[in-house]
Amino acid sequence: MSRMIAIYLRELGYLFNSIIAYIVMMIFTLLAGYFFYNLLAFFNLASIQMMQNPLAAGELSLTEGVLQPLFGNMSIVLLLTMPMLTMRLLSEERKLGTAELLFTCPISDWDAILGKYFAAATVLATMLVLTFVFPWLLSRYAAVEWGAVTSGYLGLLFLGMAYLAMGLFFSSITENQIVAGILSFGFSLLFLIIGWINPFVSEGLSRVIAQVSILEHFGSFSAGIIDTNDIVYYFCFSLFFLFLCSRVLESNRWRG
Amino acid sequence: MIEVQHLTKYYGRHPGILDVSFGAEKGEILGFLGPNGAGKTTAMRILTCYLPPSSGMAKVAGYDVLDQSLEVRRRIGYLPENVPLYHDLSVSGYLGFVARLKGMQGRSRRARIEKVVEECGLAEVRNRIIGKLSKGYRQRVGLAQALVNDPDVLILDEPTVGLDPRQIIEIRELIRNLAGRRTVILSTHILPEASLLCNRVIIINKGKLVTVDTPDNLKNRLQRGMTVEITVRGDREAIRGVLETVTGVSSVTDTSAPSAGTCAFRVEAREGFDVREPAAQAVVTNGFGLLELAPVDMSLEDIFVELVTQEDIN
Repeated sequence: MSRMIAIYLRELGYLFNSIIAYIVMMIFTLLAGYFFYNLLAFFNLASIQMMQNPLAAGELSLTEGVLQPLFGNMSIVLLLTMPMLTMRLLSEERKLGTAELLFTCPISDWDAILGKYFAAATVLATMLVLTFVFPWLLSRYAAVEWGAVTSGYLGLLFLGMAYLAMGLFFSSITENQIVAGILSFGFSLLFLIIGWINPFVSEGLSRVIAQVSILEHFGSFSAGIIDTNDIVYYFCFSLFFLFLCSRVLESNRWRG
Repeated sequence: MIEVQHLTKYYGRHPGILDVSFGAEKGEILGFLGPNGAGKTTAMRILTCYLPPSSGMAKVAGYDVLDQSLEVRRRIGYLPENVPLYHDLSVSGYLGFVARLKGMQGRSRRARIEKVVEECGLAEVRNRIIGKLSKGYRQRVGLAQALVNDPDVLILDEPTVGLDPRQIIEIRELIRNLAGRRTVILSTHILPEASLLCNRVIIINKGKLVTVDTPDNLKNRLQRGMTVEITVRGDREAIRGVLETVTGVSSVTDTSAPSAGTCAFRVEAREGFDVREPAAQAVVTNGFGLLELAPVDMSLEDIFVELVTQEDIN
């Protein structure tokens, strides 16, 4: 455990001492802010128009009009930023030769994997916390459904951690950061949009695909529903890729 | 302390090392000698549990590298050929990280870091960023990293490669001081280094063990008769005739003379003859001027070439 913490602190130190963490957080909050402004401006316009029609005005909801689409947009930005956090985690160790230090120290592969994984997850959590400012701003002028906000952020955290696990796996299979980055970006996108094919495949297959799709499971979180099915999905998804990652480290050793 | 039997490692179908057996006692400095690509690094990586062997057995401090890998890793310090440094960390930050990885806690960790910083002469750079240090200092940081857990076995892969002559001398001095209660294995392709530092030398070539012996024994074993280099003023052919008649001389070969009017020879004697005195006497009594006479010690260089070529012929 203390060894895992050593690796966690080392990675966190690297991310925050270099410019990486700040760039990723800046881009994320910048884009999230832009989306927030646009969504709010549109909501504002819609509210003014609705004033003539009190019946329809009751249909307007901040959660559905602003927060839910904001979480959706932020999930896309996560897709772009998470590979940047993970692509160097293991590939760089191999490239620099520090893997030889790491894996001749008395630590297990899981110490290394989890230490690095949680370091990246800490950056993710930090940047999500920074965007709390949006619902907080809303709450000063309107009633915000805090339950829905919590559930949305929980969904973003799980989603981001799933991307991170996949990114860490791709970082383990190559010593080239670019390759690791492209692979994790490409496959993250594929898992996100895999559901698009559903109308064109058999019903049995489409049910399987719907279960595999990252987006499908995120939808309920952003709508304010915390379903154990979705939590189990993200947990298994992450664990699966972390497990693959540990297998890769093991097999690298045998192949020499 | 180290026990290796029939160790073999294949990379695909190509053998990295093949059926290598050797051992090392506590406190011994063991040198791995061989041309580049001979399998030195492979052998070291197996001993440090970085690579598993394809077959055979390797034990460090009584623990098997495959089955009790964590126990082995607790007891070794390893300096790979490419010094594994994080260039963004300071020297003390880096050593702290490695010490934590090696499971050292709190006060004992800080005390130990303090000690290796002193031992490796890093006191004045401890707060500098590693990326900004010179090659010599980086090598020392690498060594300090290997020592930080006070290991029983120290494994150093080409510890002096890429350093300038003064740094090489310093690192060698350091390694010599580190030995004693530790077992040290170091690899090198610089032969004088092995004869300077090591109690025993293992020569490997193309993955196979050629021989294991002390540097002195190796010299004696291969040097069948005495060789003398002699420089004389006078006529080349006449002197050669005189030298050839000396008892015990098996061959006289010309070597390049240092200046005009003098000539130089390499005189080889048959086993059991000391030809220095009779040769000097013969030269002087025949009226030639004896300028220089010196026995030639077979260098490890010669031994190495001899053994490796013998191996190739066989």
